[in-house]
Amino acid sequence: MSDLAFEHGEEHPPHPFLQHHFEDLGQQHEASTLGMWAFLCTEILFFGGVLLAYWVYRIMYPAAWALGAEQQNTLAGGTNTLVLIVSSLTMALAVRSAQLNNRRGTVLMLILTLIFGTMFLGIKSYEYHAHWMEGLFPGAHWHWQPKDPAISALTPKVQLFMVFYWGLTGLHALHMVIGVGLLLYILARAWRGDFHAEYYAPVEVMGLYWHFVDIVWIFLFPFLYLIPHVGAHHVG
Amino acid sequence: MAQKRQIRIGDQYLYARDAEKALREALRVAEAEEREHAAHQEPWIRRYVFSTDHKWIGIQYGVTALSFLLFGFCLMILMRLQLGWPGQAFSVMKVLGENRAPGGVLLPEAYNQLGAMHGTIMVFLAIVPLAVGAFGNYLVPLQIGAPDMAFPKLNMASYWCYLPGGLIMLSSFALKDGTAASGWTSYPPLSDIATRGQTFWLVGMIFLITSSLLGSVNFIVTIVQLRAKGMNFMRLPFFVWAQFVTSFLLLLAFPPLEAAAVLQLMDRVAHTSFFLPSGLVVSGTPLTVAGGGNPLLWQHLFWFLAHPEVYVLILPAMGIVAEVIANNTRKPLWGYRSMVSATIFLGFMSFVVWAHHMFLTGMGTIISSFFQTTTMIISIPSVIILSALFLSLWGGSIRFTTPMMFALAFLPMFGIGGLTGLPLGLAATDIHLHDTYYVIGHFHYVVAPGTIFAMFAGIYYWFPKITGRKLNDFWGRVHFWGSFVCINGIFFPMFIQGLAGISRRLYDGGMQYAHAREVASQTNPFMSMSAIGLLIFQIPFIVNFFWNAFQAMRGKVTVGSNPWEATTLDWAATSSPPLRHGNFEVMPIVRRGPYEYNSPEATNADYLPQNAVVEQPAPVLAPPTAPVVA
Repeated sequence: MSDLAFEHGEEHPPHPFLQHHFEDLGQQHEASTLGMWAFLCTEILFFGGVLLAYWVYRIMYPAAWALGAEQQNTLAGGTNTLVLIVSSLTMALAVRSAQLNNRRGTVLMLILTLIFGTMFLGIKSYEYHAHWMEGLFPGAHWHWQPKDPAISALTPKVQLFMVFYWGLTGLHALHMVIGVGLLLYILARAWRGDFHAEYYAPVEVMGLYWHFVDIVWIFLFPFLYLIPHVGAHHVG
Repeated sequence: MAQKRQIRIGDQYLYARDAEKALREALRVAEAEEREHAAHQEPWIRRYVFSTDHKWIGIQYGVTALSFLLFGFCLMILMRLQLGWPGQAFSVMKVLGENRAPGGVLLPEAYNQLGAMHGTIMVFLAIVPLAVGAFGNYLVPLQIGAPDMAFPKLNMASYWCYLPGGLIMLSSFALKDGTAASGWTSYPPLSDIATRGQTFWLVGMIFLITSSLLGSVNFIVTIVQLRAKGMNFMRLPFFVWAQFVTSFLLLLAFPPLEAAAVLQLMDRVAHTSFFLPSGLVVSGTPLTVAGGGNPLLWQHLFWFLAHPEVYVLILPAMGIVAEVIANNTRKPLWGYRSMVSATIFLGFMSFVVWAHHMFLTGMGTIISSFFQTTTMIISIPSVIILSALFLSLWGGSIRFTTPMMFALAFLPMFGIGGLTGLPLGLAATDIHLHDTYYVIGHFHYVVAPGTIFAMFAGIYYWFPKITGRKLNDFWGRVHFWGSFVCINGIFFPMFIQGLAGISRRLYDGGMQYAHAREVASQTNPFMSMSAIGLLIFQIPFIVNFFWNAFQAMRGKVTVGSNPWEATTLDWAATSSPPLRHGNFEVMPIVRRGPYEYNSPEATNADYLPQNAVVEQPAPVLAPPTAPVVA
């Protein structure tokens, strides 16, 4: 018995970030990542529901959808795609640095991710502003008309397209804003030196979320910007 | 037989080879006591209002959901008064106010409100929170041997999304133009142009969906990650399996409805036209909207949730019934493995049957044939589970306790509900039966004498675990027999009405139609009297429940930790009620499957708990026909 007590006495004191209902940090880590994956499943199905609606109307009104997509600034959208992909790389590197006990690296990479995330939101606001000025905001403020009066009958359907545009990119931007907020929190903890090779679950979970938001955009960009370029021969 | 040295810790006798483990556990106990002590210093609000303890959250869910259950039931009583005696004045109807029931006569629009709110409250505010939020929260960690749920704060957030969601839904009763009135399915375009109550409904639903999503993430992670040592997946009690599959259904089915609710909310608030077609004329006036929307899209998104939702309602009930039956027949469940496989298969299939609710929307025969085929396929796993439960009774020495009475009644009642569903799943017969009282009868047989009886079985069965007191048996039986007779009196005539072609949403129960008048006048008053009888027979339960709960709060505990002599960890390894922090005095180690009743290994009782240690050599060596008598 004394052996056992000795053995117990020799055990390390529990890690400060280990919650008492978990056996060890490994289990806690597994639980956190599994939880985030499960949450991302709900997110996929949530966006999936809206995208299903998008597709129903895209098939019903292909010409209006192409016309709506022509109003988008493909250069801005493309730049944003690139920005997000790079931010995913820096996010992955942040996780890697945390695994390697590299505090400076983690902090640096998180700051870079933060910058790219903010850059995305900046470019997005520029686009939103342009749409607003062009009268492409659905509702009372709407005053956009197609240049060719022959197709002005399409206007209500273009408005429906723009509802999807604002709704989907708005939901995505909301996720980005939440992501930037979470990044600030993770950055503060990384700065404080919370993370190391044994405990980096929050950085990894943050990474999962960030990559997910990135992937959503990878779907939204072609769906909302590139229709005339990929499916022009269907329009008619 | 050589007696080995035994060491007693808590309620457990352990043997020398486990001594080391036991001593480790003793140290854990000391730590747990320390935590328990610290917990007493917790402020009141952290302990009783914003608690992160899964057991307290389970109780919060349970009491809230039972209140909603009673509320939804009372709405139904008002509807039944109107249906039984159409156009008559009732003084009780005056609680709805002058604008809904002037002089005690219910107005048609108020009847629609009651119908929509009865369905919504029963499904989303009563049964799901009771089955998953209350039973799941309280029991899953105990049954798998976990100290708590994986994410305690998320768990708390889940309850605190549910309650506001419910209150928002209820607050619409205070609106001048009333609550949502477009049925629990909220089909557009009707719901898009309905009064403000519908907006409250949508906002409430978004809260409720969020609550369910948080809960399901938590359940999945808890069951995957926090099982006790030795608790492999095939040793999980069937109840845990049912909750596990249920969580996946909630996780995957609810988000599309959330998306649909957001779209409908946009239609109502931001005047978009997702679900509003062009050229809609309301009360003789063309509706000035952009139009071009597709109302069918809502139905697809809604039923993509709502069909899995039906299994969310029934699976936890089956889990509860399985626990109660195994315990009261004193033998292992028949076909545990096939039940588990059937449950998983049921979960998968429930995502590809949704359009059988939409045969009359003109989808075309090819799609209808597809969905009627999948619907026939999904009946197979349900039959497997039900048959396994029936066969479990065979040869058991059944203890007819109150929970067992409810569990036994569940079997034929769910059977009626399931079998009457087949004609609805076939497109040809559904054309006649669609939207008649037959549908109402079918669905209510599944959910009312099916799921709700299983919930009662669960309440009577686990009440001693939660409070340390058994509910009174005599009043339990009164409650059971009264409810059983009355509930059949309400729902069975619905099949007759439905076959006679009485539509489900008629304000006067069909009296204005020549083809329906005779059947309606013969059945409706009887059904309404049965409903009132059902209400009366709930009184013994309510009194029984609260009287014993208050006695328990005063510390008057009458039963030991395992009054039903059960094998699962919730009974065998914890006290009643369990420790507030960490659940177990001794972290259990699981050594066998969940239903070892009448095991030849057990020497001094007819059951062998999952965590008990047996010292003899493995019993497989003994000839199975001649058990060794010491």
